[in-house]
Amino acid sequence: MGLDIRLPIGYMFTLLGLLLTGQGWLNNNNAYQCSLNINLWWGLVLLVFGLLMLIPAWFAKKKQ
Amino acid sequence: MHIQIQPIDYSIILIYVAFVIGIGFALKRYIKTSADFFLSGRSIPAWVAGLAFLSANLGALELVGMAASGAKYGLATCHFYWVGAIPAMVFLAVFMMPFYYGSKARSVPEYLKMRFDERTRCLNSISFAVMTVFASGISMNALAKLLHQLLGWNYDLSLWICSGVVLIYVLKGGLTSAIYTEVLQFFMIVLGFAPVVWLGLKDMGGWVTLKEVLRNVAQDPAKVGLAHDTALASNAMTSAWQPIFSGSSANLMGVDWFAIIFGLGFVLSFGYWCTNFLVIQRAMSAKDMGAARRTPLIAAVPKMLFPILVILPGMIAIGLSYIGKDNYRLPPVAISESAYPAAVETFQKFAAGRMNATATTAALQTIIKPKLSEAKIAALLAADSQQKLDSSAIRNGLQDAVADNDYDGVILSLVKKYCPSGLLGLALTALLASFMSGMAGNVTAFNTVWTYDLYQAYLAKNKNDAHYMWMGRVVTVVGILLSIACAYVASNYSNAMDIVQLVFGFVNAPLFATFLLGMFWARTTSHGAFFGLLGGTLSSALFHGLTLPAGSTAGIKGGWLATLTVFPSEMAQNFWLAACSFSACLTLTLTITLLTKRDKSDNELTGLVYSLTPKVKEHDLHWLARPAVLGTLLLLACLILNIIFW
Repeated sequence: MGLDIRLPIGYMFTLLGLLLTGQGWLNNNNAYQCSLNINLWWGLVLLVFGLLMLIPAWFAKKKQ
Repeated sequence: MHIQIQPIDYSIILIYVAFVIGIGFALKRYIKTSADFFLSGRSIPAWVAGLAFLSANLGALELVGMAASGAKYGLATCHFYWVGAIPAMVFLAVFMMPFYYGSKARSVPEYLKMRFDERTRCLNSISFAVMTVFASGISMNALAKLLHQLLGWNYDLSLWICSGVVLIYVLKGGLTSAIYTEVLQFFMIVLGFAPVVWLGLKDMGGWVTLKEVLRNVAQDPAKVGLAHDTALASNAMTSAWQPIFSGSSANLMGVDWFAIIFGLGFVLSFGYWCTNFLVIQRAMSAKDMGAARRTPLIAAVPKMLFPILVILPGMIAIGLSYIGKDNYRLPPVAISESAYPAAVETFQKFAAGRMNATATTAALQTIIKPKLSEAKIAALLAADSQQKLDSSAIRNGLQDAVADNDYDGVILSLVKKYCPSGLLGLALTALLASFMSGMAGNVTAFNTVWTYDLYQAYLAKNKNDAHYMWMGRVVTVVGILLSIACAYVASNYSNAMDIVQLVFGFVNAPLFATFLLGMFWARTTSHGAFFGLLGGTLSSALFHGLTLPAGSTAGIKGGWLATLTVFPSEMAQNFWLAACSFSACLTLTLTITLLTKRDKSDNELTGLVYSLTPKVKEHDLHWLARPAVLGTLLLLACLILNIIFW
């Protein structure tokens, strides 16, 4: 099939990652009972995952 | 009671919905023939098919149900994965995939037709089609109810909107978009629930503390409302095998080792993973034989680790509830809306009459079905005598006084406890994703079986390809509407649903025997297969009619003919039923085969039976990439897990 599934997955998680990181950055409401800005940190995790999907997909597209 | 949902949470849900629908539209231009629509044109890479294989099975019911079992039974729930799923998936990849894929059958019932005859195909495709619709409906009802109870979302609205989204992308992109979105949903489920589990475990104080707490829970299960009144050995919830080997009265599942290994591990799991078209369709869509055989093996790796994601939260919840951390408790069973007015009135009457708590509880218990805690009713009465409570305060108080746990709410109760807005949206999206992946799986399997195995085979032969593709689209809509109808039936008549599930249990249990003999013994005849399967199904019904789980009355739970044996639990009855009907089907098929004349020649069976099919060439594969080697490694890893959590 002509669609590389890594692209939509990558875009979606990058977007969600940015959104969550932004939310964590702006209002630092710590996760209950947890001295940790979970939105910020998990947003970064999603961002990294999204880019890990996107970058190889971009390279594969370039090669074609 | 309800969780507060902020705009950011809705935006996350909307972004997800936009992406899955977008995938459907992006794939639309690749769908030209019916083979593209139903089989993805056999072009899917192995890793994509593998994750879809897993995701199609990971419906909302699995996610919600496994967390519930984790809370009810503890670590022993892992048997569904480490004894059940993994060995069956390896067997499918190494031994069975060559015939499913190599025969070019388009569905599992079609394989049965090639191997035996029309009768067996017809039996299997009808039962499969009806079962997928009901399974999908039951799962939809469960999810919509949960969303209503915990988020206050409208039941009808969430049902129709979720189904609408699935309908759009399946209609546009067929099986391919179901598979591609399942991969996206797989990552969504993992990344959405992982932080919840992690925060829960951190809050609990880590795995070692959790184990410590669960040792106490096992010795006092009644304190948290578990359905086991007597103290168990301290390792009953934290080790996988020791409580099982100590006998059925020593573990919360109420099963013995034979039922686990033979009933669950061999019959039920192999029956599901090796014959259910819902999952096998994903492997059949792979781009070549190698990819098709790697599909279940790739799926087995995350499957092996899934207990962390789906069972651990249940164990955390029961632990938190036991120590009462921050007043956490497992969600109570909801009092039905219709019972409230009478219950509130009764309470007010008894409170005004200064009745004691025992009498009040007894009176309320006749109206409210789930068990009430007398201490909580006493506290409510005391509060009322200090200052008159209004009816909504009484409602909340009564709901809080329910002692029975609603285990299905475990996952959402943790989400509610730990997720700030933002993360909350992500976790809810993960729940919706699991629901949609399960539903899309059911719908795509249903439309294929209907179109190829029922419509093309019996109703409209020799039509052109465009006609079957049109039929596929129509039946996708019909299938979804039928599932919605089933969801409403399930919400109104839970008894009817229990009967349906029971009947499908009867049909499924013997199925693996038919496939086993068909694939590995060339002599097996069509008469043997058909009557063996029928006899196996009847024997499960008979077994059910003659046995009863402890503490139930004869009827839907069994014993409707007579009660010969009483099993310690429903699960034990279920596992033994499977073992019995498998053996019956095996014996019957064997006997009838030996009494009838062989009806298929060696030539006709090439590619369908093990001994008559040339072995798949693997010389060009690196030895580490060969299915048998990978399968052995997976089984070894599984064995190690079983030993670690012994």
